[in-house]
Amino acid sequence: MNWQSWQEFLTMGGYGLYVWGSYVVTLVILAAEIVALVMRRRGVIASLTKYYAARRRNHEAKA
Amino acid sequence: MSTSKRFSWFYFSSPQTFYPLAGRLQPWFAALAVLLCAAGLYISFFVAPTDAQQGEAYRIIFIHVPAAWMSMFIYLVMGFWCGVGLVFNTRLSSMWATALAPTGALFTFIALWTGALWGKPTWGTWWVWDARLTSELILLFLYIGFMALQAAIDDQRRADKAGAVLALVGVINIPIIYFSVQWWSTLHQGASVSMKSAPSMAATMLIGMLIMALGFWMYSIAAALARVRCVILERERHTEWVMAEMGERT
Amino acid sequence: MIRALGWVLRRDLLLVFRRRGDVVNALVFFVIVVSLFPLGVGPEASQLRNMAPGVLWVAALLACMLSLARLFAPDHQDGTLEQMLLAGEPLVVLVMGKVMAHWLVSGLPLVLMAPLLGLQFDLPGDALAVLCVALLIGTPVLSLIGAVGAALTLGVRGSGALVALLVLPLYVPVLIFGAGAVAATAAGTGAEAHLLLLGGFLALALVLAPWASAAALRIAME
Repeated sequence: MNWQSWQEFLTMGGYGLYVWGSYVVTLVILAAEIVALVMRRRGVIASLTKYYAARRRNHEAKA
Repeated sequence: MSTSKRFSWFYFSSPQTFYPLAGRLQPWFAALAVLLCAAGLYISFFVAPTDAQQGEAYRIIFIHVPAAWMSMFIYLVMGFWCGVGLVFNTRLSSMWATALAPTGALFTFIALWTGALWGKPTWGTWWVWDARLTSELILLFLYIGFMALQAAIDDQRRADKAGAVLALVGVINIPIIYFSVQWWSTLHQGASVSMKSAPSMAATMLIGMLIMALGFWMYSIAAALARVRCVILERERHTEWVMAEMGERT
Repeated sequence: MIRALGWVLRRDLLLVFRRRGDVVNALVFFVIVVSLFPLGVGPEASQLRNMAPGVLWVAALLACMLSLARLFAPDHQDGTLEQMLLAGEPLVVLVMGKVMAHWLVSGLPLVLMAPLLGLQFDLPGDALAVLCVALLIGTPVLSLIGAVGAALTLGVRGSGALVALLVLPLYVPVLIFGAGAVAATAAGTGAEAHLLLLGGFLALALVLAPWASAAALRIAME
């Protein structure tokens, strides 16, 4: 074990800002990418559903 | 007529067949990513010893170096698939290259960000104009240029092909750019300020970096698979199979 | 093929000659940008001398890049480009002709103007000479690489800024060794290695760039 206490772990020997600034920002960026992908998929499915519904209505109106 | 199912290399090269495959593969790569990154993080915090010169700040290396490796690797893979798309005229290859780009750009940004945060406590400034960071910056511009070009062209096939030419030009230029920046940096700063003068690699540090790199690689594949599924749906909206997928009758 | 090259060259030069304002604009831009830097950082001679190679080269990059809009777009708009694609001549040759014309009009004046501007920055004589030679070798590379960017963004909205984004990262090696050559001369170490490398870039660009531009033009025009 490298760390004697939670305190030591958090402050990283005085470099806490830099180390945690790196790890946390990386985590945030990757999490944001995942969220963006989920939202993109939902958006695509929603827009396709709308598109097909409009197309269907158009065909029925013509028929 | 023979109905034997012969294995064809090109079976999965159509969006229709690749879409379900991507959907099945994606959770596996995501799981691998989580496992490998967790292992890598464990090594980076609890196994790798404290460095004598740089203290705990050096632990940033476990993200900085793998992210930099990934940013370069993804660009090369992207260039490869762009080339395949140009030569074989397959739509899916271009879609896959387009799906890879944002992830590559994000890893480039992560490499730059962590590089800055590593530079400040170690060498005193927020930005260190060393060869690797400067090359990463230019690589970020190359990624953004690729994405901007594809976004600016309305015609999808033209966007694919133009992006492919740009990506291939970029791939050829990357060694030249890296060599030039390398030369420039040693000339102006000397060897004192260099990210290469990182702590001499203890075995645990190297293993930690490799495992994190593998984790990032699995993550990139998972993210690209998810993205390419969106791209396929968007582009193939007029086909019967997508309509069937969305529950529409033709 | 040489005749086709000559024809394209003559035509482009003739067209530019009819609108001489375009040439002068790029040159004036070069001069103005270079003059802005002392205004920004102060007139202290030693500082300016250090900055001079970089400033002159960056301004040359930007001036060359500005004039890329003229390379393919006008011909694309009036239909000449389509005719060039349909013509029997290899597109690579026609592209080479256009790039040569572009360099004669946008690159060569910079080479001739640069020593005067270098004097503003108090560069010594031998550094000025190396500056000329380096620009002479480097500006064709800028035109060649720029042609690829211009071809890729043909007819695209907002192509001005997009070309800059695509092309400037690719200009970096030329910038590094071009400015490095002048700086090395001013510092007393030799500039041969730099100039040789620039020559290498030129050779590589001459082989690859017209081919890539032609491919990009075909993609843009299909």
